[in-house]
Amino acid sequence: MSELHPLPSNSYLLARDMDKTPVLETHHLGIDFGGLMAVDDFSIAIGREEIAGLIGPNGAGKTTIFNLLTNVYTPTRGDILLEGIDTRGMKTCQVIRLGIARTFQNIRLFRNMTVLDNVLVGLHNEMDYGVPGAILRLPGYWRAEKIARARAMEYLSIFEMEDMANDLAGSLPYGAQRRLEIARAMATNPSILLLDEPAAGMNPAETAALMENIRKIRETFHIAILLIEHDMNLVMGICESIAVLNYGKIIAKGTPEQIRANPAVVEAYLGRKGGGRA
Amino acid sequence: MIVLQQFINGLQLGSIYALIALGYSMVYGIILLLNFAHGDIIMVGGYIALLIIAAGISPAVAVVVSILGCTVLACVIEKVAYTPLRSAPRISLLITAIGVSYFLENVAQLILGADPRVFPNTAVIPTVNFRLGSLNLSLTTVVTLAAAVLSMAVLTVLVQRTRMGKAMRAVSEDMGAAQLMGININRTITFTFAVGAALAGVGAILYCCKYPQVKPTTGYLLGLKAFVAAVLGGIGSIPGAMLGGLAIGMAEVVVNALGYSTWTDAVVFLILIIVLLVKPTGFMGASLSEKV
Repeated sequence: MSELHPLPSNSYLLARDMDKTPVLETHHLGIDFGGLMAVDDFSIAIGREEIAGLIGPNGAGKTTIFNLLTNVYTPTRGDILLEGIDTRGMKTCQVIRLGIARTFQNIRLFRNMTVLDNVLVGLHNEMDYGVPGAILRLPGYWRAEKIARARAMEYLSIFEMEDMANDLAGSLPYGAQRRLEIARAMATNPSILLLDEPAAGMNPAETAALMENIRKIRETFHIAILLIEHDMNLVMGICESIAVLNYGKIIAKGTPEQIRANPAVVEAYLGRKGGGRA
Repeated sequence: MIVLQQFINGLQLGSIYALIALGYSMVYGIILLLNFAHGDIIMVGGYIALLIIAAGISPAVAVVVSILGCTVLACVIEKVAYTPLRSAPRISLLITAIGVSYFLENVAQLILGADPRVFPNTAVIPTVNFRLGSLNLSLTTVVTLAAAVLSMAVLTVLVQRTRMGKAMRAVSEDMGAAQLMGININRTITFTFAVGAALAGVGAILYCCKYPQVKPTTGYLLGLKAFVAAVLGGIGSIPGAMLGGLAIGMAEVVVNALGYSTWTDAVVFLILIIVLLVKPTGFMGASLSEKV
């Protein structure tokens, strides 16, 4: 695995990405809820086609960071650069259009819509025909609709779900729902995909398949992936860089090897040796 | 034959209720607001058409401007009164909607007076009667049924087949996930209000052609009945609103035909009470636990 190199912005980038704009960069990002500092001084840089991991104990602020990165929460401090563009003040839908997508820890599909329609919702910004065209069934509408459906089916076939296209999303088995959530996120055409505990509820065999899938997604779509995960086999197995969060702050950054050997990380997860309080 | 005649009357009244109930249901489906100002939009639509025709302009123009007027008014109400309360408790939104309703009624009364005005229904739909055996069909009935069926067909295509329709369904199911699909939530909500109001505008014209008078409180009872229809059908459900509207229209006509016309309104609200007691989710509503 390649080495991480420090940037002037207090972030790290893989050696292969040093000469390119990072897909995603944050500088001293922070948010307070009331008096509580939920996240503070969070600086990372994620390069093109990098798979990065965000780990930390429960309540460390990992999901809050996903909400900050997608402008669902407005940061109290610091800034976010997506594709080199400062996203401050943008609406969530605008940030999504810049090229970020996410999945959820607890699956949030549109359960009463079909599998195909879920992916078509993801294609919302790709298919741009007017409402009158749709109602009058103008040729332009048919063309756009046909292209969108074909593209949606393509996404479904990549995730091996094309035979489920007309099933209701809520009726799918758990694993298929997880795959559909990723397919739907990919339909928004992101350059970075955020996965929130993708292996939650999976057995070791399913987790192994998921690891293969995550690599496949990166190679097929040429995107970067930032994932939150508690399954250390998965994180250590596929992430090229890892940031460890505790109490809203980064306590360690590095390659899997560096993280594994970092005493601060061991302490955050297992507590200090000798039973002393942190 | 009298049964068939009454059935057609019920269809006519019911399809007007259905058109109005759709607006209630769609708005509830997307932001969980019982938009009690929805009925008063109909009153405004009636006045717009009435005043334009009174000014000597073509009724066709009056109908189009009236429907557009309803649409624009609903968007303005949504932006001015409801958008600032997006993250407020739902009860604040509800009270605001009631406030908007009183505001519209009183502004109408201030400008146009409290006396009912006669709606020039024959200018919009000429008095023509068709006889099919002993069945008597007025052109108004035919136009009402046709307009209602057409509007609902367009709505169904819009919601099921278009990008905006998919966005509406997505937002009503999970607003948070929908915005992460790149959907502009505010635009989708405004669009929903606009579609609901356009349907109400069509309903307003049809209602005024059936009962040719407009007064500032025209929308009050009509709105409440459409609300009952939406609840009966399962609030939030589009086919439910259509079904609920038809059912309420039929119920009214049956009560009238049995000679108890003074009891019509009481029966409608009795239906509301029974639905809320027995099956609060209505015909086609999602189970309550799902809508959190």
